Amino acid sequence: MADVSSSTNTTPTTTVRPGRFKEFWRYFRENRGAVIGFYVFIFFLIVAIFAPLISPFEPSTQNRGATLVPPAWQDGGSWTYPLGTDPLGRDMLSRLIYGARYSFLVGTIVVILAATGGILTGLIAGFAPRWLDTIIMRIMDIILSIPSLLLALVLVAILGPSLLNAMIAIAIVLQPHYVRLTRAAVMTELSKDYVVSARVAGAKLPRLMFVTVLPNCLAPIIVQAALSFSNAILDVAALGFLGMGAQPPTPEWGTMLAESREFILRAWWVVTFPGVAILTTVLAINLMGDGLRDALDPKLKRS
Amino acid sequence: MTLLNIRNLSVDFDTAGGQFRAVDGVDITVNEGDILSIVGESGSGKSVSMLAMMGLLPWTATITADEMSFDGVDLRGMTAKSRRKVIGRDMSMIFQEPMSSLNPCFTVGFQIKESLRIHMKMDRAARHRRAVELLDLVGIPDPEKRLKAFPHQMSGGMSQRVMIAMALACKPRLLIADEPTTALDVTIQAQILDLLTDLQKETGMGLILITHDMGVVAETAQRVQVQYAGQKVEEQEVRKLFAEPHHPYTSALLAALPERATERHLPTIPGVVPGQYDRPEGCLFSPRCRFANDTCRKTDPPVQPPELGLARCHYPVNAKEGVA
Amino acid sequence: MLRYLIGRLLTFIPTFIGVTIISFSFIRVLPGDPIIVMAGERGMTEERYNELYQQFGFDRPLVVQFWDFFTGVLQGDLGTSYVTKRPVFDEFFALFPATLELSFCAIVIAITLGIPAGVIAAVNRGKFFDRALMSSALIGYSMPIFWWALLLIIIFSGNLGWTPVSGRIDLLYYFPDVTGFMLIDSLLSGQDGAFVSAVRHLILPSIVLATIPLAVIARQTRSAMLEVLGEDYIRTARAKGLTPPRVNGVHALRNAMIPVITVIGLSVGMLLAGAILTETIFSWPGIGKWMVDSIYRRDYPVVQGGLLLVALLVMVVNLIVDLLYGLINPKIRKR
Repeated sequence: MADVSSSTNTTPTTTVRPGRFKEFWRYFRENRGAVIGFYVFIFFLIVAIFAPLISPFEPSTQNRGATLVPPAWQDGGSWTYPLGTDPLGRDMLSRLIYGARYSFLVGTIVVILAATGGILTGLIAGFAPRWLDTIIMRIMDIILSIPSLLLALVLVAILGPSLLNAMIAIAIVLQPHYVRLTRAAVMTELSKDYVVSARVAGAKLPRLMFVTVLPNCLAPIIVQAALSFSNAILDVAALGFLGMGAQPPTPEWGTMLAESREFILRAWWVVTFPGVAILTTVLAINLMGDGLRDALDPKLKRS
Repeated sequence: MTLLNIRNLSVDFDTAGGQFRAVDGVDITVNEGDILSIVGESGSGKSVSMLAMMGLLPWTATITADEMSFDGVDLRGMTAKSRRKVIGRDMSMIFQEPMSSLNPCFTVGFQIKESLRIHMKMDRAARHRRAVELLDLVGIPDPEKRLKAFPHQMSGGMSQRVMIAMALACKPRLLIADEPTTALDVTIQAQILDLLTDLQKETGMGLILITHDMGVVAETAQRVQVQYAGQKVEEQEVRKLFAEPHHPYTSALLAALPERATERHLPTIPGVVPGQYDRPEGCLFSPRCRFANDTCRKTDPPVQPPELGLARCHYPVNAKEGVA
Repeated sequence: MLRYLIGRLLTFIPTFIGVTIISFSFIRVLPGDPIIVMAGERGMTEERYNELYQQFGFDRPLVVQFWDFFTGVLQGDLGTSYVTKRPVFDEFFALFPATLELSFCAIVIAITLGIPAGVIAAVNRGKFFDRALMSSALIGYSMPIFWWALLLIIIFSGNLGWTPVSGRIDLLYYFPDVTGFMLIDSLLSGQDGAFVSAVRHLILPSIVLATIPLAVIARQTRSAMLEVLGEDYIRTARAKGLTPPRVNGVHALRNAMIPVITVIGLSVGMLLAGAILTETIFSWPGIGKWMVDSIYRRDYPVVQGGLLLVALLVMVVNLIVDLLYGLINPKIRKR
């Protein structure tokens, strides 16, 4: 091994070698897209939190005298409704602002549900005897063989269409990815010396699972969390669009699109803005996810 | 006749922690029929200087040299296209990890014949004949059958033989062997080294043998060049180097050979080669050198005359009276 | 190779049984009485309820119900649609060609554009091409395709009037189903303009459906290429004096294809999920629209059977991909 990377790796840590978090931050910072994504994400988060303060109208206030008003910069638009109004005379901007709340709610809850369930199952599968591992992984294969949106649709159809049921359905659909990821990470870690030495030192199984192994499997899981956050937003919007998610008049972005479908050729703004909102949010989160992956995955680093 | 001539070669890498100089002002000269060995620990820039010459370094590397010529042709200003005519044909290289150096998706035959087609413009039948001949030459039994094998079906030693066959395909004038035996079993190591020296004798090509194993050097090379932390610290003929090393690093390396150990415990060189973040001032070897004093730790050492093996040291060892 | 094949086929059986159990149990185990949900807000009389209860066999033990369902599945009997009274199996295969045609066009677009894009990006890592291609790929990957479809309709159908908004062909043309694939049938019919009409109907849905697989394939190709380009054997190839197109296009791509094949296989699931939205928006009479309509109509036999068939479809495709994987990866082939 006479290459350069090996010589940097064998460097003792006594000198100015950057620390682990600092190094992560430096790589993350270097990725301009990730930083932009991070700021956009924070912006949407603030909008979501302070929605009642920011939005000019209540999201469900209807003004029958001002239906389908175009955005302010177009002929016939006014600054009362900066982004125009929908077919029921509701202010688009206010509805979009409130919609951000639903997207974040959905993303957070789905990720928490899917990640906890998936990580636990994955840990069990990784540590379990072979037969149990096989059974768990077969079940995950089965869930994965059904297209995610279809499975979610069927689940919601049976549970009854509502935002909560949509979130549960999507959490179930996303969960196998965490199981596979966690199990694979546990498998690689289990063969390493530090786990063996912890075992020899007499660590009990729960300690081995949660204290010794789990922290070392977190990098891919964090990246997956970012990805499933954006997936959750997309899928809930898709369910809403199909009428199986949040129900009108909830200002959820996908539901808003579904309500305005028939007006697409007459009023472009009722269709364009909710879509732009979904795309920007999802894009921002995916940019962050990519940045996280590059920063956490040493294989893709420049040597 | 001089085959390869490199003067003052430096290679810098762009890393997250800033510039890192992997090769620092190295000179290399190889004549036809010469066996030169480049010795040093891991991270001393041995491979990097060879890869730089072949144009195989990633884009993060910056290469500078006062002279870099092969067979009288300047390699520095060469376009990538004309360089490709030289490498793999007149100048070829084999690597440390034979198992991962062969493409797992293609058969051995495909990989050997590929060079023949591109450089020698041979037809199908001629390529096949030559490939069989090559495998025979490197001592692989049943060559016809082996041509159809995939790399993962072969052992490490076998893979390295295939690598050598591939490198020799176009009758190169210079072969660079980058730690060809490091990844192999000890018994196989000797076979591969014998094979390399035999082939070198037969063809009269130049051979550069990169290694960190002084034992390998003693058995094969004619001339030795010792590198440390990217710098050439000494160059001598093999026998003279083993008899009278002039740089403290060389003498420490030799002392670490089991055959030469005089005490019960094998002497070692404490510490490791300095990396990106701990490059010392003055002589790079000073932190690990038994003889180092304040001068060594402050001032860059001079290069001694050829009589003292071009040692890069303030106080070369084994110096006769009146020379230093 | 034979052992690999048999081993792979054997894993198919438990998965198949599992999928059958899942599609069976959705209606019976999950909370919510399917018959009441089916009745909707109008409600139904107790007699009708009991009648339906018996018709679906809900009065018998679960195990017996499952056994009946399972043996039915093995004989190709998935029950009959509650709405159309036709066998679910027949309906599925009547609509399947439409989805297959659309998905095939989409995956062809995704592969032919995605792999070259990924290779070009990897080879030009960090340069303009890489950034431009990968930014577009990330946007495609983040795209809510139902919105993307609407946007394309606004631009190409609304403003420019280039493409039709829905359906598979203009109503002007009528010809018998021969293969079920509109592109082929329209050619066979020999009617002027029929083929062009079919193509024009296919363009927007295929683009919409191809978007996410295209982005995923491009991204995966790039990262697989980047990984492979750092391998020792690539250095060997370059040390042979091979040209960059040969190093990248033959030595690297062949190895990079191994993970990309897997992703292409996985994108079949994505395609079917995307087909649900795409077909609904473009009124494309395929499996996706059929499933959504059945869910709206609470046509549970269709939902149950369709779910099973779609899952089977994905499993069969995954099986084929795994076998392909064995072909392209010599390490598996010769084991």
